[in-house]
Amino acid sequence: MALDVNGTSYEVDEEGYLANLNDWNPDVAAALAAADDAELTDAHWEVINFLREYYEEYQIAPAVRVLTKAIGKKLGKDKGNSKYLYELFPYGPAKQACKYAGLPKPTGCV
Amino acid sequence: MSDTKKFVYINRKAPYGTVYALESLEVVLIGAAFEQEVQLVFVDDGVYQLTKGQDTDGIGMKNFSKTYSALGDYDVNQIYVDEQSLKDRGLTMDDLQELTYEDEDDDWAEKSSMKLVNREQLADLISDADVLLNF
Amino acid sequence: MSTLHTVNKSPFDRNSLDTCLSVTKADATVLMIEDGVAGAMQNTTASAGISDAMAKGVKFAVLGEDLRARGLPADRVMDGFSVVDYAGFVQLSADHDNVQSWL
Repeated sequence: MALDVNGTSYEVDEEGYLANLNDWNPDVAAALAAADDAELTDAHWEVINFLREYYEEYQIAPAVRVLTKAIGKKLGKDKGNSKYLYELFPYGPAKQACKYAGLPKPTGCV
Repeated sequence: MSDTKKFVYINRKAPYGTVYALESLEVVLIGAAFEQEVQLVFVDDGVYQLTKGQDTDGIGMKNFSKTYSALGDYDVNQIYVDEQSLKDRGLTMDDLQELTYEDEDDDWAEKSSMKLVNREQLADLISDADVLLNF
Repeated sequence: MSTLHTVNKSPFDRNSLDTCLSVTKADATVLMIEDGVAGAMQNTTASAGISDAMAKGVKFAVLGEDLRARGLPADRVMDGFSVVDYAGFVQLSADHDNVQSWL
Protein backbone atom coordinates (compact mmCIF):
# COMPACT_ATOMS: atom_id res chain seq x y z
CA MET A 1 0.00 0.00 0.00
CA ALA A 2 1.12 3.55 -0.61
CA LEU A 3 0.30 7.11 0.45
CA ASP A 4 0.78 9.94 -2.03
CA VAL A 5 2.02 13.27 -0.68
CA ASN A 6 2.90 16.15 -3.02
CA GLY A 7 3.64 13.76 -5.86
CA THR A 8 5.82 11.40 -3.81
CA SER A 9 4.65 7.90 -2.93
CA TYR A 10 5.31 6.50 0.56
CA GLU A 11 4.94 2.87 1.53
CA VAL A 12 2.47 2.18 4.36
CA ASP A 13 1.25 -1.06 5.96
CA GLU A 14 -2.32 -2.39 5.91
CA GLU A 15 -3.26 -0.20 8.89
CA GLY A 16 -1.76 2.92 7.34
CA TYR A 17 1.45 3.05 9.40
CA LEU A 18 4.49 4.39 7.56
CA ALA A 19 6.72 1.48 6.52
CA ASN A 20 9.94 3.46 6.77
CA LEU A 21 10.65 5.72 9.76
CA ASN A 22 12.96 7.91 7.69
CA ASP A 23 10.20 8.73 5.20
CA TRP A 24 8.51 10.96 7.76
CA ASN A 25 8.13 14.71 7.41
CA PRO A 26 5.40 17.12 8.57
CA ASP A 27 3.57 16.93 5.23
CA VAL A 28 3.46 13.15 5.49
CA ALA A 29 2.07 13.49 9.04
CA ALA A 30 -0.68 15.80 7.79
CA ALA A 31 -1.50 13.37 4.97
CA LEU A 32 -1.64 10.40 7.38
CA ALA A 33 -4.07 12.41 9.52
CA ALA A 34 -6.12 13.48 6.50
CA ALA A 35 -6.52 9.80 5.58
CA ASP A 36 -8.33 9.44 8.95
CA ASP A 37 -10.33 12.66 8.38
CA ALA A 38 -8.33 14.32 11.15
CA GLU A 39 -6.72 17.74 11.15
CA LEU A 40 -3.53 18.44 13.08
CA THR A 41 -3.54 21.44 15.44
CA ASP A 42 -0.67 22.80 17.54
CA ALA A 43 -1.86 20.59 20.38
CA HIS A 44 -1.53 17.52 18.17
CA TRP A 45 1.93 18.58 17.02
CA GLU A 46 3.12 18.90 20.63
CA VAL A 47 2.36 15.22 21.18
CA ILE A 48 3.66 14.09 17.79
CA ASN A 49 6.95 15.93 18.28
CA PHE A 50 7.22 14.53 21.78
CA LEU A 51 6.80 10.99 20.43
CA ARG A 52 9.46 11.49 17.78
CA GLU A 53 11.91 12.75 20.42
CA TYR A 54 11.06 9.83 22.69
CA TYR A 55 11.66 7.35 19.87
CA GLU A 56 14.95 9.01 18.93
CA GLU A 57 16.17 8.68 22.51
CA TYR A 58 14.85 5.21 23.45
CA GLN A 59 14.15 3.50 20.09
CA ILE A 60 10.61 2.58 21.13
CA ALA A 61 7.17 4.13 21.02
CA PRO A 62 6.05 4.44 24.65
CA ALA A 63 3.07 2.55 26.05
CA VAL A 64 0.08 4.83 26.68
CA ARG A 65 0.60 4.84 30.46
CA VAL A 66 4.22 5.88 29.99
CA LEU A 67 3.27 8.48 27.38
CA THR A 68 0.65 10.04 29.67
CA LYS A 69 3.07 10.32 32.57
CA ALA A 70 5.88 11.72 30.40
CA ILE A 71 3.61 14.28 28.70
CA GLY A 72 2.45 15.44 32.12
CA LYS A 73 6.01 15.95 33.19
CA LYS A 74 7.05 17.76 30.02
CA LEU A 75 3.94 19.75 29.02
CA GLY A 76 2.11 20.11 32.32
CA LYS A 77 -0.45 18.21 34.39
CA ASP A 78 -3.43 19.56 32.40
CA LYS A 79 -2.09 17.67 29.37
CA GLY A 80 -0.74 14.59 31.09
CA ASN A 81 -4.05 12.80 31.45
CA SER A 82 -5.90 10.36 29.28
CA LYS A 83 -8.95 12.62 28.85
CA TYR A 84 -6.90 15.33 27.17
CA LEU A 85 -4.96 12.85 25.04
CA TYR A 86 -8.08 10.90 23.98
CA GLU A 87 -9.76 14.14 22.91
CA LEU A 88 -6.83 14.84 20.62
CA PHE A 89 -6.48 11.26 19.43
CA PRO A 90 -9.84 9.51 19.78
CA TYR A 91 -8.52 6.23 18.28
CA GLY A 92 -6.14 5.92 21.22
CA PRO A 93 -3.31 8.34 21.93
CA ALA A 94 -0.44 5.88 21.59
CA LYS A 95 -1.79 4.20 18.49
CA GLN A 96 -3.04 7.20 16.54
CA ALA A 97 -0.37 9.72 17.54
CA CYS A 98 2.38 7.16 16.78
CA LYS A 99 0.90 6.67 13.35
CA TYR A 100 1.07 10.38 12.51
CA ALA A 101 4.57 10.55 14.04
CA GLY A 102 5.64 7.86 11.58
CA LEU A 103 6.57 5.42 14.36
CA PRO A 104 5.89 1.69 14.50
CA LYS A 105 2.92 0.60 16.60
CA PRO A 106 3.79 0.88 20.30
CA THR A 107 5.17 -2.27 21.91
CA GLY A 108 2.37 -3.81 23.93
CA CYS A 109 -0.03 -1.20 22.64
CA VAL A 110 -3.59 -1.39 23.92
CA MET B 1 -3.68 -12.09 49.60
CA SER B 2 -2.10 -9.84 47.02
CA ASP B 3 -2.56 -10.46 43.30
CA THR B 4 0.88 -9.11 42.57
CA LYS B 5 3.38 -11.71 41.50
CA LYS B 6 7.11 -11.47 41.28
CA PHE B 7 8.31 -11.95 37.70
CA VAL B 8 12.01 -12.65 37.36
CA TYR B 9 13.60 -12.46 33.91
CA ILE B 10 16.91 -14.29 33.58
CA ASN B 11 18.96 -12.87 30.67
CA ARG B 12 21.95 -15.00 29.64
CA LYS B 13 22.69 -14.17 26.00
CA ALA B 14 24.75 -11.49 24.28
CA PRO B 15 22.78 -9.04 22.09
CA TYR B 16 22.68 -9.13 18.23
CA GLY B 17 24.17 -12.62 17.65
CA THR B 18 20.86 -14.22 18.66
CA VAL B 19 17.38 -12.78 19.09
CA TYR B 20 17.00 -13.65 22.81
CA ALA B 21 18.05 -10.27 24.23
CA LEU B 22 15.63 -8.27 22.09
CA GLU B 23 12.81 -10.77 22.67
CA SER B 24 13.32 -10.51 26.42
CA LEU B 25 13.26 -6.71 26.33
CA GLU B 26 10.02 -6.71 24.33
CA VAL B 27 8.36 -9.16 26.71
CA VAL B 28 9.45 -7.04 29.68
CA LEU B 29 7.97 -3.89 28.09
CA ILE B 30 4.71 -5.61 27.22
CA GLY B 31 4.56 -7.31 30.63
CA ALA B 32 5.08 -3.97 32.38
CA ALA B 33 1.49 -3.07 31.47
CA PHE B 34 0.26 -5.71 33.94
CA GLU B 35 1.74 -3.91 36.95
CA GLN B 36 3.46 -6.87 38.53
CA GLU B 37 6.72 -6.79 40.42
CA VAL B 38 9.48 -7.22 37.85
CA GLN B 39 13.13 -8.09 38.43
CA LEU B 40 15.68 -8.38 35.64
CA VAL B 41 18.77 -10.50 36.12
CA PHE B 42 21.77 -10.25 33.78
CA VAL B 43 24.08 -13.23 34.12
CA ASP B 44 26.62 -15.04 31.89
CA ASP B 45 26.73 -13.39 28.43
CA GLY B 46 23.58 -11.43 29.36
CA VAL B 47 25.84 -8.78 30.92
CA TYR B 48 26.89 -7.77 27.38
CA GLN B 49 23.36 -6.45 26.78
CA LEU B 50 24.06 -3.52 29.09
CA THR B 51 27.47 -2.35 27.81
CA LYS B 52 27.90 1.38 27.21
CA GLY B 53 28.48 2.92 23.80
CA GLN B 54 26.95 0.26 21.56
CA ASP B 55 26.98 1.39 17.93
CA THR B 56 25.25 -0.94 15.46
CA ASP B 57 25.62 1.19 12.30
CA GLY B 58 28.30 -1.17 11.00
CA ILE B 59 26.17 -4.33 11.32
CA GLY B 60 22.89 -2.85 10.05
CA MET B 61 20.80 -3.79 13.10
CA LYS B 62 18.68 -1.65 15.42
CA ASN B 63 20.60 -0.46 18.48
CA PHE B 64 18.15 -1.51 21.17
CA SER B 65 20.61 -0.80 23.98
CA LYS B 66 19.05 2.69 24.13
CA THR B 67 15.73 1.14 25.12
CA TYR B 68 17.05 -0.12 28.47
CA SER B 69 17.09 3.48 29.74
CA ALA B 70 13.31 3.62 29.21
CA LEU B 71 12.75 0.78 31.70
CA GLY B 72 12.55 3.25 34.59
CA ASP B 73 9.55 4.91 32.87
CA TYR B 74 7.91 1.47 32.82
CA ASP B 75 8.47 1.03 36.58
CA VAL B 76 11.04 -1.66 35.94
CA ASN B 77 13.71 -0.61 38.40
CA GLN B 78 15.13 -3.78 39.95
CA ILE B 79 18.02 -4.74 37.72
CA TYR B 80 20.57 -7.24 39.00
CA VAL B 81 23.97 -7.84 37.44
CA ASP B 82 26.01 -10.91 38.32
CA GLU B 83 29.46 -9.96 39.60
CA GLN B 84 31.21 -13.20 38.60
CA SER B 85 29.94 -12.93 35.00
CA LEU B 86 31.44 -9.44 34.68
CA LYS B 87 34.72 -10.62 36.14
CA ASP B 88 34.99 -13.65 33.84
CA ARG B 89 34.63 -11.29 30.88
CA GLY B 90 37.13 -8.63 31.97
CA LEU B 91 34.30 -6.16 32.67
CA THR B 92 33.24 -3.98 35.60
CA MET B 93 30.09 -1.99 36.38
CA ASP B 94 31.88 1.03 34.82
CA ASP B 95 31.58 -0.69 31.44
CA LEU B 96 27.78 -0.81 31.73
CA GLN B 97 25.25 1.95 31.13
CA GLU B 98 23.79 3.51 34.25
CA LEU B 99 20.06 2.74 34.46
CA THR B 100 17.95 4.90 36.73
CA TYR B 101 14.36 5.54 37.76
CA GLU B 102 12.52 8.40 39.43
CA ASP B 103 11.21 7.48 42.85
CA GLU B 104 7.58 8.60 43.05
CA ASP B 105 7.61 8.22 46.85
CA ASP B 106 10.69 10.39 47.26
CA ASP B 107 9.81 13.57 45.33
CA TRP B 108 10.84 11.93 42.03
CA ALA B 109 14.47 11.69 43.07
CA GLU B 110 16.57 9.93 40.43
CA LYS B 111 17.95 6.66 41.76
CA SER B 112 19.99 3.81 40.36
CA SER B 113 18.08 0.73 39.25
CA MET B 114 21.17 -1.45 39.17
CA LYS B 115 22.61 -3.74 41.77
CA LEU B 116 25.68 -5.95 41.62
CA VAL B 117 24.92 -9.41 43.07
CA ASN B 118 26.89 -12.51 43.99
CA ARG B 119 25.74 -16.08 43.36
CA GLU B 120 24.21 -16.41 46.83
CA GLN B 121 22.03 -13.35 46.22
CA LEU B 122 21.21 -14.68 42.76
CA ALA B 123 20.09 -17.96 44.30
CA ASP B 124 17.73 -16.01 46.58
CA LEU B 125 16.31 -14.01 43.65
CA ILE B 126 15.54 -17.24 41.81
CA SER B 127 14.05 -19.07 44.76
CA ASP B 128 11.87 -16.07 45.71
CA ALA B 129 10.39 -15.73 42.21
CA ASP B 130 6.75 -16.55 41.48
CA VAL B 131 7.37 -16.68 37.75
CA LEU B 132 10.73 -17.30 36.07
CA LEU B 133 11.25 -16.29 32.44
CA ASN B 134 14.43 -17.37 30.68
CA PHE B 135 16.07 -15.75 27.69
CA MET C 1 47.08 -25.63 3.22
CA SER C 2 46.36 -22.62 5.45
CA THR C 3 43.00 -22.32 7.10
CA LEU C 4 40.97 -19.32 8.24
CA HIS C 5 38.84 -20.31 11.24
CA THR C 6 35.83 -18.10 11.96
CA VAL C 7 34.19 -18.26 15.40
CA ASN C 8 30.80 -16.58 15.78
CA LYS C 9 29.79 -17.90 19.23
CA SER C 10 30.78 -16.40 22.57
CA PRO C 11 33.48 -18.53 24.23
CA PHE C 12 31.58 -18.11 27.51
CA ASP C 13 28.40 -19.61 26.07
CA ARG C 14 29.65 -22.37 23.75
CA ASN C 15 32.77 -24.49 23.38
CA SER C 16 33.35 -23.49 19.70
CA LEU C 17 36.49 -21.47 20.45
CA ASP C 18 37.96 -24.24 22.65
CA THR C 19 37.46 -26.87 19.96
CA CYS C 20 38.73 -24.48 17.30
CA LEU C 21 41.91 -23.71 19.25
CA SER C 22 42.54 -27.41 19.88
CA VAL C 23 42.79 -28.09 16.14
CA THR C 24 44.43 -24.94 14.74
CA LYS C 25 47.90 -25.19 13.20
CA ALA C 26 50.63 -22.57 13.26
CA ASP C 27 49.78 -21.25 9.78
CA ALA C 28 46.12 -20.68 10.65
CA THR C 29 44.25 -17.48 11.47
CA VAL C 30 41.31 -17.34 13.88
CA LEU C 31 38.82 -14.57 13.09
CA MET C 32 36.22 -13.74 15.75
CA ILE C 33 32.92 -12.35 14.49
CA GLU C 34 29.35 -11.73 15.79
CA ASP C 35 29.02 -12.88 19.45
CA GLY C 36 32.45 -14.50 19.10
CA VAL C 37 34.15 -11.08 19.43
CA ALA C 38 33.72 -11.26 23.20
CA GLY C 39 36.62 -13.72 23.23
CA ALA C 40 39.05 -11.10 21.95
CA MET C 41 38.85 -8.91 25.03
CA GLN C 42 41.65 -8.69 27.63
CA ASN C 43 41.50 -10.42 31.02
CA THR C 44 38.74 -12.93 30.37
CA THR C 45 38.53 -16.64 31.14
CA ALA C 46 39.27 -17.24 27.44
CA SER C 47 42.49 -15.20 27.39
CA ALA C 48 44.91 -17.92 28.52
CA GLY C 49 43.91 -20.38 25.79
CA ILE C 50 44.27 -17.67 23.14
CA SER C 51 47.72 -16.66 24.42
CA ASP C 52 48.82 -20.30 24.22
CA ALA C 53 47.68 -20.52 20.60
CA MET C 54 49.42 -17.23 19.77
CA ALA C 55 52.64 -18.64 21.24
CA LYS C 56 52.26 -21.56 18.85
CA GLY C 57 52.14 -19.11 15.92
CA VAL C 58 48.39 -18.91 15.28
CA LYS C 59 47.28 -15.44 14.17
CA PHE C 60 44.16 -13.76 15.56
CA ALA C 61 41.77 -11.17 14.15
CA VAL C 62 38.46 -9.68 15.27
CA LEU C 63 35.76 -7.85 13.32
CA GLY C 64 35.61 -4.20 14.40
CA GLU C 65 31.98 -3.69 13.36
CA ASP C 66 30.88 -6.43 15.76
CA LEU C 67 33.00 -5.02 18.60
CA ARG C 68 31.44 -1.56 18.14
CA ALA C 69 27.91 -2.94 18.00
CA ARG C 70 28.47 -4.58 21.39
CA GLY C 71 30.11 -1.58 23.06
CA LEU C 72 33.43 -3.46 23.40
CA PRO C 73 36.31 -0.97 23.04
CA ALA C 74 38.97 -1.90 20.44
CA ASP C 75 41.69 -0.57 22.75
CA ARG C 76 40.89 -3.38 25.21
CA VAL C 77 41.33 -6.17 22.69
CA MET C 78 44.19 -8.55 23.61
CA ASP C 79 47.66 -7.70 22.27
CA GLY C 80 48.46 -9.62 19.11
CA PHE C 81 44.97 -9.32 17.58
CA SER C 82 44.37 -7.33 14.44
CA VAL C 83 41.05 -5.50 14.29
CA VAL C 84 39.66 -5.81 10.75
CA ASP C 85 36.60 -4.48 8.90
CA TYR C 86 34.41 -6.35 6.39
CA ALA C 87 36.95 -5.73 3.61
CA GLY C 88 39.61 -7.21 5.89
CA PHE C 89 37.37 -10.26 6.43
CA VAL C 90 37.20 -10.75 2.66
CA GLN C 91 40.97 -10.31 2.36
CA LEU C 92 41.59 -12.94 5.06
CA SER C 93 39.29 -15.37 3.25
CA ALA C 94 41.25 -14.80 0.06
CA ASP C 95 44.63 -15.13 1.80
CA HIS C 96 43.87 -18.63 3.14
CA ASP C 97 43.32 -21.82 1.19
CA ASN C 98 40.19 -22.73 3.11
CA VAL C 99 37.65 -21.38 5.58
CA GLN C 100 36.38 -23.38 8.54
CA SER C 101 33.30 -21.80 10.18
CA TRP C 102 32.74 -22.97 13.74
CA LEU C 103 28.99 -22.39 13.76
